[in-house]
Amino acid sequence: MADLPAIYLRLISARIRAQLQYRLSFLLDVLGSFFLTIIDFLAIIVIFYHLPALAGWTLEEVAFLYGTSYVIFKLVDMLIGHLDGLGDQVQAGQFDMIMVRPLGALFQVVTLDFGMRQLGAVLQGLIIFGLALWRVDIDWNTGRVLLLAQMPFSGALIFASVWVAGHTIIFWITRGREAINAFTYGGNMFTTYPIQIYGAWLRRLLAFIIPLAFVNYLPALYILDKPNPLGVPDALRFASPLVAVIAAIVAWRLWNFGVRHYRSTGS
Amino acid sequence: MAIITVQDLEKTFAVSRRREGARGLIGRLARETVQVRAVDGISFAVKRGEMVGYIGPNGAGKSTTIKMLTGILVPSGGTVQVMDLDPSRRRIDVARRIGVVFGQRSQLWWDLPLADSFALLRHIYRIPEQRYRANVAQFTELLDLGGFLQTPVRQLSLGQRMRGELTAALLHDPEILYLDEPTIGLDVVAKARIREFLAQLNVDRGVTVLLTTHDMGDIERLCSRMLVIDHGRVIYDGDVQAIKERYGGERTLIVDLEEPGPPIDVPGARVVKVDGPRQWLRFHRTDATAASLVAAVAARARLLDLTIEEPAIEDIVRRIYEGEAAWEASTA
Amino acid sequence: MRLYWEVAVRGFRRYTTYRAATLAGIFTNTIFGFMRAYVMLALFDAVTEVGGYDVADALTYTFLAQGLIMVAYLWGWWDVAITIRSGDVVTDFYRPFDYQAYWLAQDLGRALYHAVARGIPPFVVGMLVFDVRLPLSPLVWVAFLVSIALAATVSFAMRFMVNLSAFWLLDYRGPGRLAAALWTALSGFAVPVAFFPEGIGAVVSLLPFVALFEVPVDIFLERQSGTGAAGALLFQAGWALVLLAAGRWMLAAARRKVVIQGG
Repeated sequence: MADLPAIYLRLISARIRAQLQYRLSFLLDVLGSFFLTIIDFLAIIVIFYHLPALAGWTLEEVAFLYGTSYVIFKLVDMLIGHLDGLGDQVQAGQFDMIMVRPLGALFQVVTLDFGMRQLGAVLQGLIIFGLALWRVDIDWNTGRVLLLAQMPFSGALIFASVWVAGHTIIFWITRGREAINAFTYGGNMFTTYPIQIYGAWLRRLLAFIIPLAFVNYLPALYILDKPNPLGVPDALRFASPLVAVIAAIVAWRLWNFGVRHYRSTGS
Repeated sequence: MAIITVQDLEKTFAVSRRREGARGLIGRLARETVQVRAVDGISFAVKRGEMVGYIGPNGAGKSTTIKMLTGILVPSGGTVQVMDLDPSRRRIDVARRIGVVFGQRSQLWWDLPLADSFALLRHIYRIPEQRYRANVAQFTELLDLGGFLQTPVRQLSLGQRMRGELTAALLHDPEILYLDEPTIGLDVVAKARIREFLAQLNVDRGVTVLLTTHDMGDIERLCSRMLVIDHGRVIYDGDVQAIKERYGGERTLIVDLEEPGPPIDVPGARVVKVDGPRQWLRFHRTDATAASLVAAVAARARLLDLTIEEPAIEDIVRRIYEGEAAWEASTA
Repeated sequence: MRLYWEVAVRGFRRYTTYRAATLAGIFTNTIFGFMRAYVMLALFDAVTEVGGYDVADALTYTFLAQGLIMVAYLWGWWDVAITIRSGDVVTDFYRPFDYQAYWLAQDLGRALYHAVARGIPPFVVGMLVFDVRLPLSPLVWVAFLVSIALAATVSFAMRFMVNLSAFWLLDYRGPGRLAAALWTALSGFAVPVAFFPEGIGAVVSLLPFVALFEVPVDIFLERQSGTGAAGALLFQAGWALVLLAAGRWMLAAARRKVVIQGG
């Protein structure tokens, strides 16, 4: 167990070496990922072109949500986004080879690739986040600094849990990949807007049952000193680390349950 | 001492398929779920150091069994013990001590040089440095990998890749080696080389080998024991030699005559096939000798050429499938 | 013609077998539709009209756009590029059919399947939950269906060219993603082009990308008079021809390259 980080680094650096064989394509890919994601922010700008505040949130405040959501989500995407390929691996029988190796199945799927191109998306998220931080007026105190500092960690754990838990359905429905997008990429979009704008049932599902509200919205209420229109207990604004750990445990259990139901292909 | 013990093993799959008789767009969407018993109560044991051929037609349940032995699939019923461990519960512990070559699936990194794949496997299996070096050196020599160790796997020929796969499966000194179609698609020379290597491996290192194949040549060359499976059940488990002897008495004399004619009637043999001037005469060792038959044929027609065909295991197995062999599957 | 018809039918059928994938896609398109619809509701909570859209228009746009995603199929069609990388394309060149027409037929078959199976369900669900608009005039429906067919053709023509770029660039994913970014931003998919600041919107409206989403949606919303709608269809048809011709020109260049380099 202790040498897992070392094995991880070896496997990932082999992936990066392979990707760098095509330098021009890699560069275009990073650029593509930069532009493809910044469009979502341009859409927000277009909306704010027509109004000063969306549900009481200014452009700068929405940019804060957008920036945190994208930086965290795209980092997770870079590390484990290739879980998207699980259905294809199951289809092609490649998952069989994972199962006969003396390492955890999730660890191996995650080390099959490395989404270096997401650097473009992360960079664009960082730029928007930087601009937001510069333009919003935050009354900094220790609590706010700590709350902001924990966001990447608990946020990443929550997004990663969604990714892992969602992909367990592949073990039953091999071609079900697109349904998971609603929660992964959908979760990314969901967390770029103040979640009080969403209808009650959608919010209940995506913000609390799948605890996406804890990625950035609830901490942001405290950091940006916004009112709490949903009427949830104020303490939840600080609950992200705890919720993230619970989400990770649930996702881990679901994954192991799914692996035991892996059917393999052929006979 | 059994290294693999399988008792009443079962695997059932729920399969969704198109409803029979349904047509058109709606028909394409209408499905029904049926339970398929891929493995239906299999029992056998394999001793340490044995080389066992595991054969059967497509869809017989061979791969499903292997997948349960390796921990890929969780059995629906029965028990599996591999080195005294339950592979579905202790998958990782079992994986450390087995090697797997699935002919159709690669364990190599296709866009990296072969040597890099080995290096990564060294870390995945946590192989001690010295052991790793010694093994790479030995297999490089035995399988003649030297010429393409630095070539990306995607550029290797099928035979080269298979040699790479074998090495990859053996670097960590596994106690059991599972081989699924290791010679599929290879030419005669490459097949011979891999068979020779496997035989040597079994002698030198005492590795237990379970070999799934469609190529009876693999079985004849390598295995003393054969397990035949069909419809998820074991239909024969025993000596390769015994079954050969049982049917081995029957041989076929193939004669090319100068001109086509009616089936030749000679005592002690019967014509089983006629194709123009070529005729197939089957005879049993106790009824005639090849020499006496040739003489008898030559006395009746002008003979241009002849060959004698030994019974192929394919034929024997086909007969077992067809139920011609009326003996119960004996358990070893 | 018979051949291309068969190819189109096969393109259609190929996707009918992936039932689970279709259901999964419908689910996700619908969830995204809901999220985007709520963003629209929040916007129209503060204003009554944006670029000529009222709230019902905006909701209708949202679910139409979700339904048309797989018709326009902006992200992830690499069938041609894959045959180029594998080298199979060379044998296809020597087959007795028109290479571009072959792929167009197959893709239109696919687009028809996706228009029905992936297009209608999200819109119907959206219709049940939100107040969307439905045109009453059968003429508008006819124009809308023609417009979708043209959108599929324009979309194919653009994807075909991006795929062909694999002849010159080793890998196709980089250029593919850059192109996808352009399409997403300028087609009216991310936000209606009508919402853009006026000057920018006017320029973007002349580009072929609006033929993918903005034009069919505008026809559905009856934002144009009868002659205006006819003009919009002509606009789409014109771009379809220009882009297909550009694709043929690229294809000819690619063939020359193959002949000279021997693949």
